[in-house]
Amino acid sequence: MQTYKAPLRDMRFVLHEMLEADQLSKLPGYEDATADTIDAIMEEGAKFCEDKLLPLNRIGDEEGCTYENGVVRTPSGFKQAYDDFVGAGWQSISSDPKYGGQGLPALLNFVIEEMVCSTNLAFGVYPLLSRGAAALIETHASDTLKDTYLPHLTDGSWSGTMCLTESHCGTDLGLIRKKAVPGDNGAYRISGSKMFITGGEHDLADNIIHLVLAKLPDAPDGVRGISLFLVPKVNVKADGELGPRNGVSCGSIEKKMGIHGSATCVLNFDDAEGYLIGEAHKGLRCMFTMMNGARLGVGMQGLALGETAYQSATAYAKERRSGKSLARGADSGEKADPIIVHPDVRNMLLTARAYNEGTRALAYWTALKLDISTKHPDAEVRRDADELVQLMTPIIKAFLTDRGFEAANLAVQVHGGHGYIAEHGMEQLVRDARIAQLYEGTNGIQALDLVGRKLGMKTGRLLRHFFHPATAFVEAHQEDEALKDLVLPLAKALGKLQQATLVIAQKGLGDPEEAAAVATDYLKMFGLVAIGYMWLLMAEKAAKKANGNADGDARYYANKMKTARFYMYKLLPESASLFLRIMTGKTAMAQFDEDDF
Amino acid sequence: MKVLVGIKRTIDANVKVRVKADESGVETANVKMTLNPFCEIAVEEAVRMKEAGSAEEIVVVTAGPEEARQTLMTALAIGADRAVHVVADQEIQPLAVAKVLKAVIEQEEPGLVILGKQAIDDDSNQTGQMLAALLNWPQATFASKITLGEGEAEVTREIDGGLETLTVKLPAVMTTDLRLNEPRYASLPNIMKAKKKPVDVKTVEELGVDAAPRLKIVKVAAPDKREAGVMVESVAELVEKLQNEAKVL
Ligand SMILES: Cc1cc2nc3c(=O)[nH]c(=O)nc-3n(C[C@H](O)[C@H](O)[C@H](O)COP(=O)(O)OP(=O)(O)OC[C@H]3O[C@@H](n4cnc5c(N)ncnc54)[C@H](O)[C@@H]3O)c2cc1C
Ligand SMILES: Cc1cc2nc3c(=O)[nH]c(=O)nc-3n(C[C@H](O)[C@H](O)[C@H](O)COP(=O)(O)OP(=O)(O)OC[C@H]3O[C@@H](n4cnc5c(N)ncnc54)[C@H](O)[C@@H]3O)c2cc1C
Repeated sequence: MQTYKAPLRDMRFVLHEMLEADQLSKLPGYEDATADTIDAIMEEGAKFCEDKLLPLNRIGDEEGCTYENGVVRTPSGFKQAYDDFVGAGWQSISSDPKYGGQGLPALLNFVIEEMVCSTNLAFGVYPLLSRGAAALIETHASDTLKDTYLPHLTDGSWSGTMCLTESHCGTDLGLIRKKAVPGDNGAYRISGSKMFITGGEHDLADNIIHLVLAKLPDAPDGVRGISLFLVPKVNVKADGELGPRNGVSCGSIEKKMGIHGSATCVLNFDDAEGYLIGEAHKGLRCMFTMMNGARLGVGMQGLALGETAYQSATAYAKERRSGKSLARGADSGEKADPIIVHPDVRNMLLTARAYNEGTRALAYWTALKLDISTKHPDAEVRRDADELVQLMTPIIKAFLTDRGFEAANLAVQVHGGHGYIAEHGMEQLVRDARIAQLYEGTNGIQALDLVGRKLGMKTGRLLRHFFHPATAFVEAHQEDEALKDLVLPLAKALGKLQQATLVIAQKGLGDPEEAAAVATDYLKMFGLVAIGYMWLLMAEKAAKKANGNADGDARYYANKMKTARFYMYKLLPESASLFLRIMTGKTAMAQFDEDDF
Repeated sequence: MKVLVGIKRTIDANVKVRVKADESGVETANVKMTLNPFCEIAVEEAVRMKEAGSAEEIVVVTAGPEEARQTLMTALAIGADRAVHVVADQEIQPLAVAKVLKAVIEQEEPGLVILGKQAIDDDSNQTGQMLAALLNWPQATFASKITLGEGEAEVTREIDGGLETLTVKLPAVMTTDLRLNEPRYASLPNIMKAKKKPVDVKTVEELGVDAAPRLKIVKVAAPDKREAGVMVESVAELVEKLQNEAKVL
């Protein structure tokens, strides 16, 4: 059985104690985001996700979506849950109040998103896509389009999609074939096919707003020739009422590994009416402005499933009995002890836990910067925060989704044979977690984004936003008795990361393939060090309040310290082997000809 | 009509409750607290009355520590209009709560008072009954259905072995049972609005109530641990065990 209670204590620790998130309430527009409001919202969100979304997770997996004559039906219960979800306003936490949103910080949205995806990832992607579409329209579309579409995307009566992928291209969007030609009244006519479109067709909302990448007749080749269009499933009349169907139809849905409750659609556009968003040929740029939010969101999906995996596996490990404890003097007098006594099982659980808590801190930390980057009155503070978010975005997307998959896999292992069968829901977690490593840019592409774009950007200034505070913290705490044994390992790893960064930058300048060959190793190494830094920030707060023998909160802090130690001793050291791999460069891989494969 | 709802902050139903080492009570420090589920049902019922047009205003009242304000916020987010927080840091037993509520009711003059039938922490099941007696009002406890009429209400009560329907004159005190309704999930806009609703803060002393405890807790202990089960090999063994070990045959 999948076990999940929103980790509210840990969420509050990160938000209030580590990040002091109610600093957000001092930013203009965020006055309502005080600590008590944040807590009230988290508690209610937790209740909703645990009571309404979790029970549908298995049903969604087993039933999946069904397709018949162009109509897609979501699994039983999804429609009701969706109505309740949007009805209660969970869709629009951080949407613009002008269009009916609550105008709360994006950070809070990420926190709730974690709970939503922990309890039902397949459900969670529908609202996620709508929010992404709304954000894009809000930033780039004309006022007329905003006024027509945003109120409905905000209240959830309409949903949104992102239509980038075509059957022959997903990563390389320069190869897009979809055509748009100018039509009447400034509108365009869109034709061609899109594939893998999440929520492209379903029965949850009255209309679906597709944001579509296509090429105009006079478009230059490649990525500089792509334009962005808004194409509604049902045309909207001048008075705002729904009119006749537009020329968009769903040709089929995919049978796939996981997130069965989420419809993955082939969409056929046949002379469909669409409206240009932003300037002609500059659509990809518009699409990418919302990528930060979306990629962070997908990163959260990794963490979200990792959390459910950990909680489920822990519950199981406390119940399941097998073998006797090897700990000296631990004879319980039972025939067999709960498997949580076994070192191997504990290592698996603690690996998942240390990553979950560490990546939660990293994700919320970055989300806080995202809010600062949009709302802070000082332009320089905004810029710095934005640069840090840009640096961390590929790391969060790839590192968190890799860790989420790993945690799900570990949860299967802890369950033994019972993890492999459907009954306990662990194999579903593995299948569901797998997608997050692929969509919104594969994790390989995230690594290239990090080494190819982010490292060199603004002559390395992005990097300094991470390296400077991390180095300063390490130096300031090297003699700190309470933190010493944690600071030392991180200081070493941080030094190695800086060294690796230099080497990659130097080699990559002469031969980009050198950088590309080690990009995935480098992203992982960066992720490990960044999480290590988060553990130090957490440990600094926890050390003061930790008391291992006490109950309740003192115990919580003591466990924080213990988990920090587990991380530094058992997980961070992987960065040393990654360092060695990076240093050997591309040769071992590049020595092969294509024909050698 | 004005409806007054008394609510209590209790340990969350999902928390594994631990007895304090000195056996003086249960551990409440840093334990997750929420609105008592029966009280939540009471708030929900009042909100439904308002939505149906039979109540104009809903006032929620609690007697409890500073932190109980959060619990009031929960009730305001469900749909109550305003709150009265009688701050009480000391232990406050059912009789004291009833007296506090009586004092507030005399100021507010509601047409109906709804409380939870009991709180899930101490399971006292006394406050509503005591309050009705102190006010000398009719009472209808364990309500599973309330139908409001002109100056009276028909209430279906859950009693041992069935249901009982009675009519009470208003104003009256009612206490809720589990099946009265299913409380809604607070919406995000309502959580935000709750913060802006008025909360009137008073103290027990201001109300002139003697809230001193009348009962003394001698000792709180955890129930005996359940022994692990055993698999028996045969029916004969089972019968043998039932006769000689359990001594039930
Ligand atoms: C369930 C699901 C939902 C999806 N939802 C959407 C959606 O809503 N909207 C949408 O537009 N798309 C969606 N997608 C598509 C998804 O974003 C793409 O599958 C993804 O971007 C990868 O593209 P691709 O499948 O064409 O793989 P390819 O681009 O063919 O990649 C194959 C492999 O080659 C690697 N590769 C490709 N190019 C390079 C390069 N230049 N350098 C290094 N490595 C490279 C990739 O990393 C990958 O490992 C969805 C896909 C799935 C499975
Ligand atoms: C598809 C499938 C086919 C199968 N086919 C067969 C078959 O043909 N015949 C057959 O007999 N069985 C079969 N099995 C059962 C399979 O061999 C067991 O599931 C496997 O041995 C694990 O046992 P378990 O499931 O009871 O897990 P458990 O023993 O409960 O283990 C749970 C976790 O605890 C760990 N653990 C348990 N004990 C200890 C210990 N003492 N020290 C450290 N760690 C410990 C395990 O490593 C695991 O991570 C099959 C299972 C599946 C899923």
